[in-house]
Amino acid sequence: MEAFAYIAPSSVDEAVAMLAKHARKGHRAQVLAGGTDLLVQLRGADREPRTLVDIKNLAETNRLHLGKNEIFIGAAIPSAELNENTKLVESLPGLLEAADLIGSTQVQGRATLGGNLCNASPAGDTIPAMIALGASCVIAGGKGQREMPVEEFVVGVGRNALKAGEFLVGLKIPNPKSRSADAYLRFIPRTEMDIAVAGCGVSVTLDAEGQCKGARVAIGAVAPTAILVPAAAKALIGTPLDDAALTAAAAACSEAASPITDKRGTIDYRRKVVGVLCRRATAIARDRALARQATGE
Amino acid sequence: MSKIQVVTSINHEEVEFLCEPQETLLNVLRETLGRTGTKEGCATGDCGACSVLVDDRLVCACLMLAAEAGGCEITTIEGIASEEGLDPIQQKFLEHAALQCGICTPGLIIATKSLLDRHADPDETTIRYWLAGNLCRCTGYDKIIRAVQDVARDRARDRARDLAGPA
Amino acid sequence: MSEAIEYKIVGTSPVRPDGVDKVTGRAQYGADLNLPNQIYGKVLRSPHAHARIKRIDIGRAAAMPGVYAVITGEDFPEPPEHGEIGGEAGGSIADLARNIMARDKALYHGHAVAAVAARSLSIADEALAAIEVEYEVLEPVLDLDAAMAPGAPLLDENCFTKNLPEKPDKPSNIADVMVLARGDVDQGFEQADVIVEGEYRIPMAHQGYIEPHACIANTNEAGQSTVWCCTQGPFDFRAIAAKVLNMDVADLKFVASEIGGGFGGKTVVYLEPLAVLLSRKARRPVKMMMSREEVFRATGPTSGTHYKVKVGAKRDGTLTAATAWMAFEAGAYAGAPMGPGAMTILAPYQLENFKIEACEVLLNKPKVAAYRAPGAPQSMHAMESALDDLARELNMDPIDLRLKNAADEGTRAPYGPKFPVIGLKECLRAAKAHPNYTRALPEGAGRGVAVGFWFNVGMQSSAEVHINENGTVTVVEGNPDIGGSRASMCIMAAETLGVPYERVRTLIGDTESTGFSNVTGGSRTTFATGMAVVQACEDIIAQCRVRAAATWGVDEAQVLWQDGQAIPAPSVNAELKPLSLADIAANAVKTGGPLLGHAALNAQGAGASFSVNIADLQVDRDTGKVDVLAFTAIQDAGRAIHKAYVEGQMQGGAAQGLGWALNEEYIYNADGIMENAGFLDYRMPVASDLPMIDTHIVEVPNPRHPYGVRGVGETPIVAPLAAAANAVRDAIGIRIHDLPLSPPRVLAALDAAGG
Repeated sequence: MEAFAYIAPSSVDEAVAMLAKHARKGHRAQVLAGGTDLLVQLRGADREPRTLVDIKNLAETNRLHLGKNEIFIGAAIPSAELNENTKLVESLPGLLEAADLIGSTQVQGRATLGGNLCNASPAGDTIPAMIALGASCVIAGGKGQREMPVEEFVVGVGRNALKAGEFLVGLKIPNPKSRSADAYLRFIPRTEMDIAVAGCGVSVTLDAEGQCKGARVAIGAVAPTAILVPAAAKALIGTPLDDAALTAAAAACSEAASPITDKRGTIDYRRKVVGVLCRRATAIARDRALARQATGE
Repeated sequence: MSKIQVVTSINHEEVEFLCEPQETLLNVLRETLGRTGTKEGCATGDCGACSVLVDDRLVCACLMLAAEAGGCEITTIEGIASEEGLDPIQQKFLEHAALQCGICTPGLIIATKSLLDRHADPDETTIRYWLAGNLCRCTGYDKIIRAVQDVARDRARDRARDLAGPA
Repeated sequence: MSEAIEYKIVGTSPVRPDGVDKVTGRAQYGADLNLPNQIYGKVLRSPHAHARIKRIDIGRAAAMPGVYAVITGEDFPEPPEHGEIGGEAGGSIADLARNIMARDKALYHGHAVAAVAARSLSIADEALAAIEVEYEVLEPVLDLDAAMAPGAPLLDENCFTKNLPEKPDKPSNIADVMVLARGDVDQGFEQADVIVEGEYRIPMAHQGYIEPHACIANTNEAGQSTVWCCTQGPFDFRAIAAKVLNMDVADLKFVASEIGGGFGGKTVVYLEPLAVLLSRKARRPVKMMMSREEVFRATGPTSGTHYKVKVGAKRDGTLTAATAWMAFEAGAYAGAPMGPGAMTILAPYQLENFKIEACEVLLNKPKVAAYRAPGAPQSMHAMESALDDLARELNMDPIDLRLKNAADEGTRAPYGPKFPVIGLKECLRAAKAHPNYTRALPEGAGRGVAVGFWFNVGMQSSAEVHINENGTVTVVEGNPDIGGSRASMCIMAAETLGVPYERVRTLIGDTESTGFSNVTGGSRTTFATGMAVVQACEDIIAQCRVRAAATWGVDEAQVLWQDGQAIPAPSVNAELKPLSLADIAANAVKTGGPLLGHAALNAQGAGASFSVNIADLQVDRDTGKVDVLAFTAIQDAGRAIHKAYVEGQMQGGAAQGLGWALNEEYIYNADGIMENAGFLDYRMPVASDLPMIDTHIVEVPNPRHPYGVRGVGETPIVAPLAAAANAVRDAIGIRIHDLPLSPPRVLAALDAAGG
């Protein structure tokens, strides 16, 4: 008879071994990071007993490294801690904004980027922001570590690409190029505490003349998973990110969305609003990139 | 189902308890340890009535397993007042009539402590967004915000006085 | 009653006597008490919105180790044939009995069908899962139109609409109707230069108290039960529980814990009779606590409504006629606030020609319960929106339109009696003169104004005042303190006796230790219980004068009471030092024994409280999001006993009203299951959603209360719905008739009008 159990491995290998063992025996095991989604699910629809594998005691999942080429954010670091790191906030304002929007101050005290991603909610706030930055997942498993782009990691509603015996160790984000900046906006009916009705993460890179030479646009809460919208990026690249370009990108986002009607929003409404968010987020990213250009970052 | 033994520190006092693996910290605080100052409003992290500090970080006790509390330093509402009496936050909440039914008050006091320990001079917007995770149905938040602002002002004045040194 | 009275303590804002316990976590709320040997009760709830209960098999559950008792509807006595719940709660005791435990039908998703008591919560859960219930699933009706349509599935085959001129020959879901009429509306409309019509729909909304219902019941072998619970009225709960359980009230003791919000939702029982029965069967104390989800699914929200309003006026703004038709969702059983809804809709106005028709309709949703001025917010939303449109048509300032027609002393209220002195005009003038009414609005913002009203009630209260040996004062009364009422009782006692506030304590007695009191609700506590406390203090003063007279050897008529002391009248020819309350108390054993004053009354003369609200809202035209920029609440309190707590009522009611206007709604799927039964998706205002809420207390004293008090608790929620709707109308130039003004609705309205 299955029962609840809680284990806290102290190394990646130990964690992988535990997950693999449970998988082999057909016992349910679930990785626990911040727990802000998992504990709610335990009280709600999914009360089935399982083993909870706490990954918060591992050096790798707690590692925060701002390197020469890339930034590594361990899967166990709470979003509140990330937002206290001024260098990180300066580098990746959009991602950190997204992290700052998860739930409340209390939730941010525990919630992690890793958990937000693995929970794979269509509305997870940090996912479009990570996709816009070209982030990739670092996954540990029986065969060592592997990486994959974030936009491929979420495969369906509440489903991610982790195989049995694997867990997410952290996220790698390429250092923003010069004259680059990101932004994330979401729409909610109140000012806080709501699940995103629509979300949009944008990263733009400008050339010396202020023309957009690179862009990534990702939308969330308007499809089973967050999705990259290449057509929106195409509408921005080669333009000065003026009104016409923003309008075209917004339209591309609305077009790419395949939302549902549920208690949080209708199809029509989500389609419309994701376009508005794309326009506004792109403008913010553009202004941030221009400001960086001005300060010579 | 075997229980887990947890050793932790609550309000600077070592505490040991047994819990089931899936039991939340909130359950253990209230039912096992009899510390009912921390309240349950929703048990899903949406109301903040169960706010506590864990290693100085503001969290919802309903979103943490009791098993995760080993080795932590937990602050609950019972630990806010001291031998000297009420904390200024508690005193200002009373003076400003920032509570009506009082059920959200322990959570708000904990959240306010966390805010003011991190932000020396928060403006109204910062205060409101920090406290957005603490639902209050009675007050409309107005007097709560004023109480928080009053505490912040007093702290700023005390800091300035300390900087100025003895007269 | 002179308005120039200078009070020492009335009107100030001292710290409440129960405050320290509340800011330190010591105060004990409903779920905070634990009794030795206690076990836990949980409720099995219907998974169907409408079903006949064919069979319940509790065998496996009852036999489970660790399970002490299992109950179903069969364990309850037959619901009594007669008896209404009374107060602001509507409906019969029989229906309430069926609501707390289904008998032959489950009438909403979440309807209680059985309950267990077990050693632990997890064993209780397992026991619930082991109860087998055979349902015959029926088609649910989930909205007013469907429920009222001929041929609709019926909740109660024996429901024949009450109060129709002739009893209908067929049953229906329309439980009851009401008509209030005066004059000749046809003629009135003919006299009108301008006529405005509107149709308004509002979904169900919940009181949203943060503390879920909780109780512990403990029954002994003599069949006497003690129930500890969060309640707005231990005596009303005792009375209801006694009727539901067919018990002698003397065998039921109700002890009120501190309460984490009620707003009317805790004036009726849910868990308590179940806990009593379980504890009787189990012979152990049984603790029961609702989850947040249970609170939403199975306790009374307020009615969703559908209104049709028509109002006509002359060019100069004089109203000539008005009609209103309103339908209230009652939920599973009758008891919607159709009466107050009908009575309040035109209460602020002088009008000779009107016809108000109201009905309440059964449907497969939880039985509604009182929510702060039940029926009035919905009524004012419709009428104040229509009047706002009227003002626009007449090119008239909206406050001027109200002033032109404002009810005043002597005006005959739509529900019959003439208003005594009231403060509506004072509130309107204060609003017009308020700087917030004329200050500039930013781009995209609009300003809306609306009037609010609530009758306020008196009802029964008792109070005792004990003078301790050292002259300190203990007030004992039976009204749970939800919003600072202990402080108000202390203020009134201190003021009356002439002693410092700090020398007075107020405690809330249980049903065995104090006299009968109706609920803390109906905006009656400061008024009626305050009146009882004042009278009990006057009783003390009379006794003190007798004691002083005895001590001095003079006639009682020669003893005056001033500033907390007995002093000899000027006519007395002797050097007599004043005797303080402490002096008299210290000497009480020699002059006749302990000093105990009391009063028990059915308070008459409750004064209505009017309000005017000004709301500034800003609309994002691209997303439909509405932000609250400013809110001003102006209300007649008669006399504010504790100024800060009166402001607190005004601000709290405003926040609830704004939440109701902007985002709160019960969302049901086609199977009658509530989809947003939690604080995540039932969206109440958070701190960042609101600005500071400006308040202005108007004082037009109520001559029937010793300090001029008018109840203030309910009026604050009445006007904000319309004020918000009118502000949005002002901001975007489009009238949105339905609530909530959620972003999708606002955006759709903008798009329909061409952006």
